[in-house]
Amino acid sequence: MTTETTESTAEPVLALSHISKRFGPIVANDDISIALGRGELLALLGENGAGKTTLMSILFGHYTPDAGTVRVDGVELPHGRPRAAIKAGVGMVHQHFSLAPNLTVLENVMTGTEPLWSLRSRKGAARRKLAAIAERFGLSVDPDARLGDLSVGEQQRVEILKALYNDARILILDEPTAVLTNIEAERLFRTLREMARQGLSLIFISHKLDEVMAAADRIVVLRGGRVAAERRAAETNKAELAELMVGHRVTRPTRAPAEPGATVFQASRLTVSSGGVERLKAIDFFLREGETLGIIGVSGNGQTTLSQLMGGLAAPSGGEMRLFGEPVAALDVDDLVQAGVGRIPEDRHRQGAIGEMAIWENAVLERIRQPLFSRRGIVNRSAGQAFAATIIEEFDVRGGTPTSRTRLLSGGNMQKLILGRNLYRRPRILIAAQPTRGLDEGAVAAVHARILEARQAGTAVLLISEDLDEVMGLADRIQAIVKGRLSAPIAAEDADPRRLGLMMSGDWAAGEGNTGEGHPHAS
Amino acid sequence: MRLERREHRPLALVVLSPILAVAAALVLAGLLIAAAGAPVLEAYGRILTGAFGTRLAATETLTRATPLMLTGLAAAIAFRARLWNIGAEGQFYLGAIMVAALGSSALSGLPGPVLVPLLFAAGAIAGMALMLVPLWLRLRFSVDEVVTSLLLNFVAVLFVSMMIDGPLKDPLAFGWPQSMPVADHALLPKLIERSRLHIGLAVAIAAALVIYLLQARTVFGLQSRAAGLNPEGAVFAGVPLGRTLVKVACLSGGLAGLAGAIEVMGVKGYVTTDLSPGYGYSGIIVAMLANLNPLGVIAAALFTATMFVGADGMSRAMGIPTYIADVTVALSLLTMLVAIFFTQYRIRR
Repeated sequence: MTTETTESTAEPVLALSHISKRFGPIVANDDISIALGRGELLALLGENGAGKTTLMSILFGHYTPDAGTVRVDGVELPHGRPRAAIKAGVGMVHQHFSLAPNLTVLENVMTGTEPLWSLRSRKGAARRKLAAIAERFGLSVDPDARLGDLSVGEQQRVEILKALYNDARILILDEPTAVLTNIEAERLFRTLREMARQGLSLIFISHKLDEVMAAADRIVVLRGGRVAAERRAAETNKAELAELMVGHRVTRPTRAPAEPGATVFQASRLTVSSGGVERLKAIDFFLREGETLGIIGVSGNGQTTLSQLMGGLAAPSGGEMRLFGEPVAALDVDDLVQAGVGRIPEDRHRQGAIGEMAIWENAVLERIRQPLFSRRGIVNRSAGQAFAATIIEEFDVRGGTPTSRTRLLSGGNMQKLILGRNLYRRPRILIAAQPTRGLDEGAVAAVHARILEARQAGTAVLLISEDLDEVMGLADRIQAIVKGRLSAPIAAEDADPRRLGLMMSGDWAAGEGNTGEGHPHAS
Repeated sequence: MRLERREHRPLALVVLSPILAVAAALVLAGLLIAAAGAPVLEAYGRILTGAFGTRLAATETLTRATPLMLTGLAAAIAFRARLWNIGAEGQFYLGAIMVAALGSSALSGLPGPVLVPLLFAAGAIAGMALMLVPLWLRLRFSVDEVVTSLLLNFVAVLFVSMMIDGPLKDPLAFGWPQSMPVADHALLPKLIERSRLHIGLAVAIAAALVIYLLQARTVFGLQSRAAGLNPEGAVFAGVPLGRTLVKVACLSGGLAGLAGAIEVMGVKGYVTTDLSPGYGYSGIIVAMLANLNPLGVIAAALFTATMFVGADGMSRAMGIPTYIADVTVALSLLTMLVAIFFTQYRIRR
């Protein structure tokens, strides 16, 4: 069944009617109809794999649908022709930007707009047009900056500018906040609202309930390739949306109070530098068995360095570390793995897994030297594949077999694989860096349940996250990270969003500083 | 028309693609043969008889394929780990001159069964040493090894040129620049009597099998593949990146050096500056034709050797330039790249 589209304004600027698309046995889009009004900001909400990106790719002409039509201002677009879509005024901002890092902003924006063989390039006119657009929507970017030197948020602004430069009246943004920090995301949504106010029509794809509720006029929920529901933002709430999105009620796991055991890791006045800059400055923290320490902070305040340090990829330049009571100068990947330290990396695609390798190879790679998986340098493939099969089974990794390529897994399932290879052997310490970043609600719940389970079983957990709810839901003690410094810890019972917000803004940093209080006394 | 990434690669496609690629290359080259005014099918027939028609031709083709297999393996194993060794030509020559130096005097007193493996090792070590230079520059200073390994080819060839016109010059060569010959008992036994085909072919095939098993079954194989596919992920998983690349460089350079050693000991007995008609560079094509698969290298080397040897016969019989062989091999590389592309993507309308 299909929810028929309600006309939100008189004449839809964009109308998708009865779109269907199959990839082999998989039905990605099943009879989807959506209309977009002028000046409307529409959110397309759905879990990973719900068909959002496929639908937008069809709209933009990247894919040809098996059935259905796309109309802009009542005129049907030919299928599979991005150029026709651009000409009709549709602009797309991709999740992974399609810009050239070695060109300047202006050159990037102009690419594709000029005839290839023209002798003169109309840079002056382009510069004026770009400046006018930037002015109109408050999208300031230096036109002569090299794209590769810009932050991710600024690069995204360039993508938007590029679409607007091509006279887009309908703008599609594919998971625009996936790569942004919270502050950048807020700024982006202010811009989008302003664009809608000035008469542009926008669709943004998302699986984040908060931003959908905060930004959109109207929300279309996709589930399993179909339109599950359509709501005006004012007439719904997060709980209802979450339920519509995953098809059942989402409950954050509840947890029993922590019963902390021995201190297994301790950092004292630890400093880590890279590239001549002190990324972490004299930080103090400790991890205890059966307890979760949450490190909360706005992105870019030293979290990456902290997860590299704890993952065995960076060495401190000052201070002391004790692992299981023994002083160590630096952590080394092999030693950590041997000692039973599980590590969930910040970036699962770049660090956590090697996409072109088989699932079983990724499952055993960090432990390949252990006798279980190799003898005298010869890999024990059957043991490795059996291990991967166990993880797939026990951690509910869907969409792959031990021998299929890891790249084919969705983000959530890849994360379950990474969790599985770490948690399966009951690690004494678990380092979880941004464990649910970019995951949909269902996967988030699964990951959270596993982390709580590990802590319940006595694992000491270090949770590094930018997600307030996540830290409040999982951590027993919380420290904030601000500009490479750590605040003193507070107990989870004493934490509320306001207080954590203050800590993340660095209020403590000026006065009390990192005095090291809250150390385990005489462990 | 759109290109879509294939989520699954059917096995039939992976197996068929190199065959189709070669067929396509032959069709394209056929147009050139026709343009040169010769019947296409007959020309290809001549190439086949030229390469395999007689016992002499067949052994000659296999003799040509031997160094190509080794240099092809050298490129394949390095490229798998994303180590771009373009210096197989130089490593080949350095291996050759090493064998000429040791096999003609210093070690020539040793008995054959000891001397031959020792010279193999010496040639391989010379190739390794040359490949470690660009690797060190890359690891230490992030210098692109494509440039350094390529440029070292010229250094190596000039060095060989200097040696065979200087300290290693054969006084009995009527002034021609060539090295002193290696001792007779350092020459490789023939596989077939009264031909040039020597046991180097067996060594090359064995090397392909060993490299295949090394890549498919060992910790080193897994780690070097991980290092090539995603260095950052490999480091996170505890793969010692530098050490793995050093091993890969040693294997790659060693195989190219071994190719030079075997060519000297199996075919000529001494070194001249035309010992290799570009075996090092052709090895790159062989590796690409084989899609970097060590067992595929055997077939790709045979194909390349067939074209080169067969083209001579065709040229004589039909008056078409032998360059058609170069063109065909080059075309097959291009069609192979297209074929590899289509094993990964499909066309959608």
